[in-house]
This record gives sequence, C-alpha cells and structure tokens, in this order.
Amino acid sequence: MATSDNNRRKFIATTLQSVGLTALGGLLWSGYSDEVKASALVLRPPGAIKEEDFLKACIKCGLCAEACQNRETNIDRHTGLSKAGTLQMAKGGDHQLIGTPFFVPTEVPCYMCEDIPCVPVCPSGALDQLSVSNEAGELDINKSRMGLAVVHKESCIAFWGIQCDACYRACPLLGEAITIEMHRNERTGKHTFMLPIVHDTVCTGCGLCEAACVTEKPAIFVLPNEIAKGVAGDHYVKGWDKADEARIENAKAEETVTELSKEGTAAGYLNSGDLY
Amino acid sequence: MALDRREFLKSAAAASAASAVGIAVPSTLEASSNEAQKDWRWDKAACRFCGTGCGIMMATKGGKIVAVKGDPAAPVNRGLNCIKGYFNAKIMYGADRLKQPLLRMNDKGEFDKKGNFKPVSWQRAFDEMEKHAKKALKASGPEGVAVFASGQYTVMEGYAAQKMMKAGFRSNAIDPNARHCMASAVVGFYQTFGIDEPSGCYDDIELTDTVISWGSNMAEMHPILWSRVTDRKLSDPDRVKVVSIQTYTHRTSDIADIEILFSPNTDLALWNYVAREIVMRDKKGGGKEDIIDWDFVNQNMIFAAGPVNIGYGMRRAGEKSLKEGKYNAKEMEIINKEMKKVVSAKEAPALAPFGYKEGDVMENTAGTLKHWHISFEDYKKSLEPYTLDYTAKIVKGDPDEDIEAFKKKLQALAELYIEKGRKVVSFWTMGMNQHTRGTWVNTLSYNVHFMLNKQAVPGSGAFSLTGQPSACGTAREVGTFTHRLPADMMVKNPKHRAITEKKWMIPQGTLNGVGKQHIMKIHRDIEDGLVKFAWVNVCNAYQDSASATHWIKAAREMDNFIVTSDGYPGISAKVSDLVLPSAMIYEKWGAYGNAERRTQHWRQQVLPVGDAMSDTWQWVEFSKRFTVKDLWGEQAPSGPRKKALPSVIEEAKKMGYSEDTTMFDILFGNEIARSYKLDQNDPIQKGYDNTEGYGDSRKVIGSDGKEFKGYGFFIHKYLFEEYAAFGRGHGHDLAPFDMYHKVRGLKWPVVDGKETQWRFNVKYDPYAAKAVKDSGNGSSHAFYGKLAKKLLQGSLTAPDKKLGKKALPNKAKIFARPYMDPPEMPDTEYDTWLCTGRVLEHWHSGTMTMRVPELFRAVPEALCYMHPKDAKAKGLKQGGLCWIESRRGKVKARVETRGRNRPARGLVFVPWFDEKVFINKVCLDATCPMSKQTDYKKCAVKITKV
Repeated sequence: MATSDNNRRKFIATTLQSVGLTALGGLLWSGYSDEVKASALVLRPPGAIKEEDFLKACIKCGLCAEACQNRETNIDRHTGLSKAGTLQMAKGGDHQLIGTPFFVPTEVPCYMCEDIPCVPVCPSGALDQLSVSNEAGELDINKSRMGLAVVHKESCIAFWGIQCDACYRACPLLGEAITIEMHRNERTGKHTFMLPIVHDTVCTGCGLCEAACVTEKPAIFVLPNEIAKGVAGDHYVKGWDKADEARIENAKAEETVTELSKEGTAAGYLNSGDLY
Repeated sequence: MALDRREFLKSAAAASAASAVGIAVPSTLEASSNEAQKDWRWDKAACRFCGTGCGIMMATKGGKIVAVKGDPAAPVNRGLNCIKGYFNAKIMYGADRLKQPLLRMNDKGEFDKKGNFKPVSWQRAFDEMEKHAKKALKASGPEGVAVFASGQYTVMEGYAAQKMMKAGFRSNAIDPNARHCMASAVVGFYQTFGIDEPSGCYDDIELTDTVISWGSNMAEMHPILWSRVTDRKLSDPDRVKVVSIQTYTHRTSDIADIEILFSPNTDLALWNYVAREIVMRDKKGGGKEDIIDWDFVNQNMIFAAGPVNIGYGMRRAGEKSLKEGKYNAKEMEIINKEMKKVVSAKEAPALAPFGYKEGDVMENTAGTLKHWHISFEDYKKSLEPYTLDYTAKIVKGDPDEDIEAFKKKLQALAELYIEKGRKVVSFWTMGMNQHTRGTWVNTLSYNVHFMLNKQAVPGSGAFSLTGQPSACGTAREVGTFTHRLPADMMVKNPKHRAITEKKWMIPQGTLNGVGKQHIMKIHRDIEDGLVKFAWVNVCNAYQDSASATHWIKAAREMDNFIVTSDGYPGISAKVSDLVLPSAMIYEKWGAYGNAERRTQHWRQQVLPVGDAMSDTWQWVEFSKRFTVKDLWGEQAPSGPRKKALPSVIEEAKKMGYSEDTTMFDILFGNEIARSYKLDQNDPIQKGYDNTEGYGDSRKVIGSDGKEFKGYGFFIHKYLFEEYAAFGRGHGHDLAPFDMYHKVRGLKWPVVDGKETQWRFNVKYDPYAAKAVKDSGNGSSHAFYGKLAKKLLQGSLTAPDKKLGKKALPNKAKIFARPYMDPPEMPDTEYDTWLCTGRVLEHWHSGTMTMRVPELFRAVPEALCYMHPKDAKAKGLKQGGLCWIESRRGKVKARVETRGRNRPARGLVFVPWFDEKVFINKVCLDATCPMSKQTDYKKCAVKITKV
C-alpha cells in the first residue's frame, strides 16, 4: 500500500535525520532553537523516566520507535506491510526535541502491547523497564504512565445527556481506567447521564480514548502527568482514610511566610506603620 | 450584529445544545442564533438506524441538511440520540455516494458479466433489467425473479416492491433482511398470539421493577432504551433489578444485579427451568404455593406442542447444488444433520418426554409450523427434566465459574419472575431470534409471563426488541416476506389472496399461493440456477448472509443478473451486474414503524445527490416495462410451486385492462392513485420537494430517456393510504397520512384517534374490550389474533386425529418445547464457539457509518474478542492477527482480549460491520426451521495464529 510505504520511508528518513543531526553535533540544532527546549506537552513511550531526566538520558537512537513500528501487531491485515507506528522520532517542525520519541494519540495511539517491545530495547535507561514490570519482574503495560486522560466536560457530549461513552468502550482498561458515572436526566424524566470518569491510578495515558472520541476535536485527551495532575499537598489529609497517611510521610513543619509576615519578626510587624 | 458564517454555525449549535439541556441562553447569543438560522428549515423525521425509533429534527439550508438534533418532543428519546443518530445527515454525504447507474460492460459497451462497471443512463439500466427479468421469467417462471428486500425500506417502498412482485410478477420470491433479524420473533408471535408484534410498549421500562435482558446487548444496540432502563434502575436501585443473560460479558452487564453467562443455545433450558419452578412449586403442579394465576390461564390460555424433529433449516438431500457437489466434505458433516442426527447426552434428558433417548437417530423432516393442543399434565411432563442440577450443568457458559454459585443465580432469576407484585419485563433481540430454535425460545418466554399473568399489563411482559428501523413498520406490517401479505395476511390463504386482489384491482387468481422463497432460499435458488434475476433493495444481502462464499460465487459465476440499488458501493454492489443509485433516507417522503408499533413519517427534506432516485421510483419505473400479456399468462409449475398458475389475461380484460396495459397503469398510476393530488396549498406538502410527484430541478433523465417530470400525483400518500386500508378494522389500524405529519408517531392500533399502549388488555386495547364484550367471559384480556384458531388435540409426541379439532377463541398458547443442541458445536478440531453481532458505532454492514469519519475513527475495524487465557493457549498476542476458520471459510482479524466484550473461555465474538473482516464467510447458514431465520450466534471455529 502506497501510504504504508510512504510512512515507512518517512520513518526511516526521520530516523536518519536525527542520527545525522546527532553526529553533526550542535551546529545544525540552532536552526530549530525553539525545539531544543522540551515541549511540556509531549507524550513519551511507556516507561519513560521523568521528562527532565529523560531528555538527558535519551540518546535519540530510535530503537524504541523501530520496535514499535515493526511489531507483529502492527502489520496491515491485507498487505502484510507495517503500518505507521505509535512512536515517532521528533523531526524539525514537530515542535519536540528533535530525535526524541513521542506519540500523538489522534494520529496513532499506544495500543498497549503486552510485551512492550519499545522498552527493553532502550540502551540508555531513558525508558525504565522496572517501572513497567510487576513484582514478579514480568513486563506489565498496565503499569505504564505515559500521561493521563482528561475530560473537557463542556465539549463532552455525555455531559449533555447523550449516551456516548465511545471513550469508555475504547479503553483497554474499561471499567477501571474509565468508569461511567450515572445520573438521572431530570429534563427528559426517563434517560440517564452516563459520564466518563477517568481514574488516574489506572489510566496509562495510551490515548485510545482520545483516538475514539467522536467530537470534532476530542473532548477527552491525554496530557503528560505533570501537566494533568494537581497536587493536594501535605496539609490536606483524608482523616477518614488511614491509608492517606502514607501520602504525607515526608511531611515536615516549615516556617511560613506570607505578604503579611514578610518582615520575619513579630517586632517588625508591631513597629511598622501607624494604626490611625 | 455582524457574524461570519463559522460563528453563525457555532452559535446556532450552542443555542440548540443549551436549550436541549434546559439552560438559559444569554439573549445576545440567542439573537445571533436566530440570525444564523433564519434561512434554516427545521423539520422532524425518524432516525435511519435501529428499531428504537428515535425522533430527530433536521435543519436544511441550500438544499443540504446542515444539522441534526434529537427531537425534544419525541416520546422515545426526548431530544437525545445515540452517537450514530447525530450523523443521520452525514451518512448521506460520503465522497463515494453512487450517483449514476453502473453496468458491467465490455469495451464495445455491451453487458458483460466479466466486465468492469461503467456509467450508463437510467434508460439503459432499465433496458438491461427488463431484458434479464424477461429472460428469467422465461427460464424459471415467476419464481425465477427475486428480491432481497429490507427492514429498512420505507413503508411506501416496501409496499411498492411487494405489489409489483406479487401482483405484477406473480412472484413471492421477495424476502427482507428482516428475515435474518426478526423472523423467529414473528413466528413466536404468530404461534402464541395469532397476530404479529409486541403487546407492550417502551413505557413498560418506566413502569417495571425488573428488566431481564436475554441475548441482547441493549447497551450498545438500543442505547436510548438502555439509557431509559438505567434511569429506571437509578430511580429505585434497591427495588429495581436488572439481569443480564448472555453468552459473553458485554456492556449490558454493567448495571446488572445478576449476570448469567450461558452456553450457546441453552437459553431454551433456562426458560424451561424458570417455567418448571413456576409449575412445580404451584399447588396444581404438586407444590405448596399459589404461583400460577389459574383464573387468567384458564380463561386465556391453552397448552400446545409440536414436532421436535424439524431439522435446522439447512439444505436438504436432493437439492441441486448438493447433488452437484458444490459443498465440500467438511461442510457436509454439518449439512447431513439436516436429514438425521444422533441424540446427544446433553439433550437426551430434555428430549425424553418427547420420546427420544441418548444415541437415538432422529430422522428430521423439513421445518413445520404444525402444533396441537396438549393437556397441562403433558406440559408439566415436558418441564420435568429441567431440575436445577441438569439446567445448571448444561447452561453454565463460563467454565471457570463455580457451579454452586451459578445455581444460586438461576434460583434468584426464577425468584424475580415469581415474586408476587414484582413487575418484570423480558427484553431480547438477536440472541433469541438468530437461533436454530428461535421460534421455540420466543414462545418459551411468553410461557413464563403468561402463567404469572405478567404479560400485556403495564410494566410487565416479554418484549421482542427490533433490530431494524422498519422491520416492524415495513417488513412485517406491509408484509414484504415471501409468505405474507399486508396486515398479517398470508399468501397461502385463498381468502387473504382474494381480499388483496380486490384491493389491488387485479384479477382473482393472479396472486401466487406458494410463498416459500425466504431470503436464504433465494440465495440457494440462485446457486441451484432457479432464480436468474435478483434485485437487492436497501440491504447488503451479500455481506449479511452466512455461508457467504457460496452466494457470491453463484452470483458471479452463474448465468444470472444481479442488481443492487444502494446509496454506497458495498459488497452487494460489487457482486452485482448492475448498480442503481438510490435516494437515501431524507431524500424522499417516507415512514418507518418501530418496535413498540409506533409509525413515524417524514417529508422529503432535500433532493437526492447526482442522478439518484428513490427505490419507490425505481419500482414504479420498472413496472412500466411489463404488460398484462408479459406477466399474467399461464405459468407452468416451477421451484417450490407444484401447480400451474392460471392465465388471468381474460379476467383482466373483463376488468377493462388490455393485453398491453402496463403494470404501472394497474398498480401505481391508476385512477385512485391519481386522486391523491399534489397541492402546494396543502400544509403537509407546502414548500417541500416531491421528486416522484413533480420531478425536480436536477432534471434527471428518466427511464424513457426523457427528463423525468413527475407522476403528477402524490404517490407516497397513495401507497400509504392504500396499504393502511388493509389493517383498518382488523387490529392493525393506522391513522390517516396527514395525522402522522402532525404528531411524533402513534402506536397502532390507532382507534378513534387514540393509540394503544398495551394490546390484548381490555383496559387499553379497544379490540380486546370488544372481544371480551362479545364473548361475555369477563376476562381481563383477549388474545384475538386470527391465525390458527382451531387445533387438533394430542400428547407431547403426536396429535390424535380421533379427538378432532378444538377451537381457541381469544386464547394464546403455552408451548412445550425442549432444549436441543444446535447443528454445529465445538469439537476437537473446531474447538471454539463463534458469536457475531454489532457494535454501537456502526450500523449493520457499515456502508453508511464506515463513511462517517467520527464513527470510523471510533471503531475502524472489527476485532476478534476472546478470553486472554484462550489467546495465550493458542499462542496469540493481544492486537496480533489471527485466523478465524470454520468448515466454510476463514478470515483474518485482530485479537482483542480487553475492552468492551469479554467472552469466557471457549467463545469468541466478532462483529460483522467490517467488510474487510468478512465474518459471514465463516458463519453457518443454518436457520430456525420454522422461522427460517439464520443463526449468526453460534458455529464452531478454530482460531490460529497468522
């Protein structure tokens, strides 16, 4: 198939380009100066270590993308040829750090291969096999945390009352990573709101939901964990949940400063300004 | 306020969304929305897809439908649609819509079966059709001309097709894809009630305490109804119980209190187990409780039985293609069971009351509808085998489930049915219909409801959900089946033929009394060389039929002429010799009837694309090509018809027709038809296109090579009113045409302007009230269906003719029917059950929905859903390719061990929408031998690594 061939060629070209760039060193990089800095919105392969460290560790060899591209499950049913893989190696114009692997769910999501071919081939530790292995040391793709799916409820038609749940049905961890929360539809008096709720303890960020979303621009989309997640902090603790104490085990008392206390001493406050 | 077009559209969409959810719209936004929509025309219609029958609103601008929304006034869906419903407009605008007739031709421009498709005029298309239809008539008589009809026809199209076929061609070889979808439900209704279609309505959902889904993934196949079931559950979670009874886990189990996974075909045993609990625990059955409502049963029911050795609806010995060796040895292993089979250990206990034991050879006759009265004692005897132990042993579908836990579920199920004061609705769809004992299992459902007096009362009843949008409204009510005429009349009944002939103004004796060419028979007749001309209408007969390779080969390699009318090129078009571009759903006036007997009409919203014309127009134009002398002379015996059809030409002359009068003049362009005036002052017609009536601005060059300028009368209204007259006064009453354009559908029978929610119930159904008044028996119900009102009497094994026939006025039937094995079950070589079906995102064979980018993206290919342990045992990888291979063929699909469908070990599920995973090459064309509906839910396959 022509498109498949094209993709293949493009893939090889991209890989060569990045290898070439690496070999030539910094000179050519300047042309893409804005891409030298990591984009915070990039989705990395399974097992990718923290973005900051990943950028240092990744040697841009392309082995992960090659493993992804050529995996047995990526064979076209009819032509027997490889299809476009999930992982791409960033090239100029991708607005990613050139030569690093990433994926875009609306183009090709991560199919969560059980044997995770992309990770063990990583020679540099940028993709950490341990982080996607279970206690028995077997690869377990469900442990990967490539990102987190987020629902924009104003554009999600399920929040309008339409029974959609296309994302739920597309989710490999249906019923775990995405569950359906049901509310009665008071307007019709006889239908149900079936709302997709993403659970960040299970969601791997594979993006199959984003790829399946039927709205014009997906109302559910995957963001890198650092961006998608808030942090409640040590000071809010679930008093009703013993287990929550584990979350705050590193809590310590720290001196606090606000605008009001910025003088740093009581006297400083007491002696400042006039009351009338 | 100045807004550009994009902003216009945006604000319009926002405003309609906001009003749908009842949010106040800021006045500035509202103003700009009104501005944007000032040249939009909103009008109502029914959704194109499933049998739920949701109402939609569509906005037309500049001759195109630009927006679709749920109709907030529609009682079924109150402004909501499923995700497909919103693409009712987009399905019409795919890049590869068929826009002109295409004929297979050689370089000289002659028809050539081996040639490539090239565009031709409508005139040339009809010339070829005429030539080949006449050739077929000459070779095989009326039985040689066939139509693959549809449950997606509009009422008018189906009526036009049926009229031309049965009155014109005198051929009953017209049968819809609804045969594949609803036939078992229909025969179930006929046998039980003597009249087709459900007694209840969707209001049962809000009124019931218990929803039990048998072989139906409502969550994906009837999303809007499922949304209502879910709402009912949420309204009272402790009281309302949901039970999901399936052969694999799917989304309908999500909210279930109990999920029962059963081994394919054993739903027969499960229903009988529930019935056994009812009977054996009742005082009259030997138990200690008052469970059966004996007043109701004595007044309204009889018990009945029929033969069990009825085969599996496969080809029978002696058929031409079998003799010619077109079926290989592997296929014959299964087909031979049609003639005789050995009773298995699994089914032997269930068959014991019917006189069979393990190892007996059961000699099968061809399927029969025959049945007779039996006593309650005999009925009870038929239930004895279904002890909890036997039932649990054969029914349990998950080999990894604990049998004791499973037994508890069965007991809980029986308890929910039996509990006094608990209302129960049993829903089913294809699981119980696509079944080699589909008619049986349908009737078994009513047994349970009847004995408990939980049928045809608000909130309770066994309710057959329909698959297609007008399987009820067109295929069944209009009667586009080989054996049917409108309003539940039958071609084999001379009185019914006489009534029809009179209404159709055709000579007495014109209609053919042998209606045996059901849809699988048409395929088989093509393979046998009997049918030589076949026309595919509003369906995809070559993708949707099991054992597909046979039919495709027969179409492509034998001397015949296959025509497909469609909006898009699918498998059927590809198999054809001629392809006709059809107007799609809102490009014509139409009407559909949904599963709750609700008839809904719409107006032509836009002109068809290209030179596409409606199927009604195609039939009417085709009728112009045939005259009285072409069709109404004597017809020698042919195919299933063993007697000659008499010539009715002389009779026709007496009626004022000549030998050269065309079928158009008689059937479609007659005086009565012409009395339905086109009138732009009529509020129903005003401002709307009517391509058949007036022609249209496209100036399509018609079947005579001249611009088509319309028939000059309102043909859709004529066809509807003529059809509706058949049912009025006979329990099928439809409202007048105009009324349907003012309301959001009405549930028939519509009597004195009022629709009927619960049939057969004297409180709600005027026909039942009248029947009870006439009989004076004071019953709460009258099952007034007219079919089989007198029956022989006998035992479980045979009728005793000496006892004579007994009438059953206003009564329904409780049938004794056992569990039996299906013809093909997993063995050592083909070790896995294959079940096929749909997914929410796609409609049927995907010709429309696979062309909607959003839906394609959501589900781009059909997957082979299987248990992870099975995948591992067979060396298959999640996401990797596997072969799914049966005795009939094999296809490649991707393995899915996660996600929406989760079979237990031993079964795989593969949807059929994807023509690239052509699963019907693998499926077996065994049918219920009574209903002739194919069992797509079970055959044996092996799964191997590619």
